[in-house]
Amino acid sequence: MSRLRAHELTLAYDRHVVARDLSVEIADGGFMAIVGPNACGKSTLLRALARMLKPRDGTVLLDGAAIGSLPTRDVAKQIGLLPQSATAPDGITVSDLVARGRHPHQSLFRPWSKEDARAVREAMEQTDVVPLADRPVDELSGGQRQRVWLAMALAQETPLLLLDEPTTFLDIAHQLEVLDLCADLHERGRTLVAVLHDLNHACRYATQLIAMRDGEIVAQGAPADIVDAALVESVFGLRCSVVPDPEMGAPMVVPAARRARRPAQSSSMIQSPARSQ
Amino acid sequence: MIGLVHPRAIVVGGTLLIGCAVLLIVAIGTGEFAMSPGEVLSGLAGSDPAASFIVRDLRLPRALCAVLAGAALGISGAIFQSLTRNPLGSPDIVGFTYGAGVGALVVITVLGGSGTIVSAGALAGGTITALAVYVLAFTRGGVSGHRLVLVGIAISALALALIDFLLARARIEDAQEATRWLLGSLNTRGWEDVWPLLGGFILLAPALAVAGRPLRALELGDDAAHGLGVRVERARLGLVLLSVALVSGVAVAVGPVLFVALTAPQIARRVAHSPGPALVLSALTGAALVLAADVAAQRLVPSTPLPVGVMTGAFGGVYLAWLLARGWRKAAT
Repeated sequence: MSRLRAHELTLAYDRHVVARDLSVEIADGGFMAIVGPNACGKSTLLRALARMLKPRDGTVLLDGAAIGSLPTRDVAKQIGLLPQSATAPDGITVSDLVARGRHPHQSLFRPWSKEDARAVREAMEQTDVVPLADRPVDELSGGQRQRVWLAMALAQETPLLLLDEPTTFLDIAHQLEVLDLCADLHERGRTLVAVLHDLNHACRYATQLIAMRDGEIVAQGAPADIVDAALVESVFGLRCSVVPDPEMGAPMVVPAARRARRPAQSSSMIQSPARSQ
Repeated sequence: MIGLVHPRAIVVGGTLLIGCAVLLIVAIGTGEFAMSPGEVLSGLAGSDPAASFIVRDLRLPRALCAVLAGAALGISGAIFQSLTRNPLGSPDIVGFTYGAGVGALVVITVLGGSGTIVSAGALAGGTITALAVYVLAFTRGGVSGHRLVLVGIAISALALALIDFLLARARIEDAQEATRWLLGSLNTRGWEDVWPLLGGFILLAPALAVAGRPLRALELGDDAAHGLGVRVERARLGLVLLSVALVSGVAVAVGPVLFVALTAPQIARRVAHSPGPALVLSALTGAALVLAADVAAQRLVPSTPLPVGVMTGAFGGVYLAWLLARGWRKAAT
C-alpha cells in the first residue's frame, strides 16, 4: 500500500524542465532513499512530494487525492519535512525549536496543550536531545543540531517523513548517528523518504531505492535487487565493483582503480560516489 | 519550560507595562506647567477641574499618541525583522518611512496642501514604496528576506534623494513645514489624532492576533514553514501589508518617528532573552521608547520643544549600540 505516490510528474523551474515522467510509489512503512549524481533532480522530486514544487504535469497523490488540492495544514499533519536549509532564529533554545514542530496542530484558539508538551517530550527523547533542552541551538555542534531539527520534524507527529539530504555537512560518525535514528523511526512504523548522498549508506539503511539520472528514474527497487556495477556505471558514470559489505551484506560500491577508470572517462566522471553528491 | 510563553517574558512584560505607566504619568506632568505625579493622578480622576483640563484635554492625548505610535512601530519592526530574518529589515531602513515622507512632501511642496491631504499623501507614498519594494524583490521562488532588505535600501536611497530634491526646490515656508513633518512630532497632538490611531489598532487587531503564528514558522526558513503547513507566499504578503499599514498609520498621525521600529524589537528580544517575534514585548518597548523620547525632547530645551523624532534616534541608537557591544563582548570572551 502507498499513501503517497507520484504519477507521471514533469517538474520544472520556470521554463527549465528538470525531470520528466517520474512515477513513484512510496511504500507505507518503508524507508525509501533517492540517490543519483548532482543535479539529477532528486531533491526536486522530494520537493514535489512535499508539495513545495507544483508539478508542470502529472500529480502527487496523498491518500488518492491531489496533494495540491488538500489544505496545506492537513497535509502537514500527515507529511513532515526536514529541509536542507533551515535557519534557527537567534538564541532559540532546543526545546523552543522542537516545540515549533507542533504548528500544524495548533490554532489561535488552541495555542498550547498537554498533547503538544507530550509530543515535544517524546520527540526529544527519541532523538536523544533531552539533555540539550535549554541550550541555544546556535551553540550546538552540527550533529546535535541535525538531531534537533529532526526532533522538530518528529514533534509534528506525521506518519510520513521526508528528509532532504539529512547527512550533509556531517562527519562519518554523525552521518551514521542520524541514519541510525532514521532506522529507529522506520522500525517504529514511520514511512521515510530521504535524499541521500552516499550510495553505500543508502544501500545499508533503505528498504527501497530510487536511482535517478538527468531527471529520469533509472531504477527502482530494493537495494540488493537493483544495485550492481552496471547500475552504478549508468547512474554515476563510475566504473566499480559491487561487493556485499562485510558487516551487513548490503551491496557496497568499491570504485575501480584509477588506471582502470581512466580510458573511458571524461574529467567530469572522475568522481567517487561520495564526492559526486 | 516548553510552550509559547516563558516566565521571563511575563516578568519583562509586566515590568515594561509598569514602566510605560510611570512614563505616561511623567510625560503628562511635563510641560510649561509642571505637575507632580499626585496632581496628574487627581487630574486624571477629575477631582480638580483646572488640573483635569490640562491633563485630560491637553496632555493625555499627546501621551496616548506616543504610546500608540510607539506600540505600532515596535510591532511593525518585529514583524518585518522576523520576516526578513535580518535586524536591518526594519520598515524605516527598507524605505517605507521615507516613501511616506516623499508622499507628504509632494503634497506640501508641489500641491501646496496641508492637514488631511498631507496624511493621504504620506499613506499613498508609503504604500507605493512598499509595493515597489515587494514587486522588485519578487523572484520565481517568491520573496527572500535579504532581497527585500537590499531592494529596500536601494528604494530608501531613492526616496531620500527625492526628499532632498523636493526640499531644495520648495519655497522656504513650505520647506520649513516639510522639515517639521519629516522629523515627526507630538507637539499639538490632540484627541483628534488619538482616535484614528486607536481605530487603526482596533481594525488591525484580528490580523495582529493571528500574525504571530505564521511568523514563528516563517522564521525557520521558507522550506521549513512549508513543511509545517504555512502558505508561505500568502502569509508573507499579508504580514508585509500589516507591517506597512502600521508604519504608514504612524507616519500619517505623527510623522515618521525614526529608529523605533529598528530598535524596539531588538531591545525587547535581548531584554527578554526571547527568540522569535515577541510582538507584545516589542509593542511595549516601542511605547516606552517614544514616551521617554517625548519627555526628554520637551525637557531638554523647555523653550522650544524638540520634535520627538530627534530623540528617538538618539535614545534608541545609544541603547542598541550598548546592547550590541555588550553582546559581542560576551560572545568574544
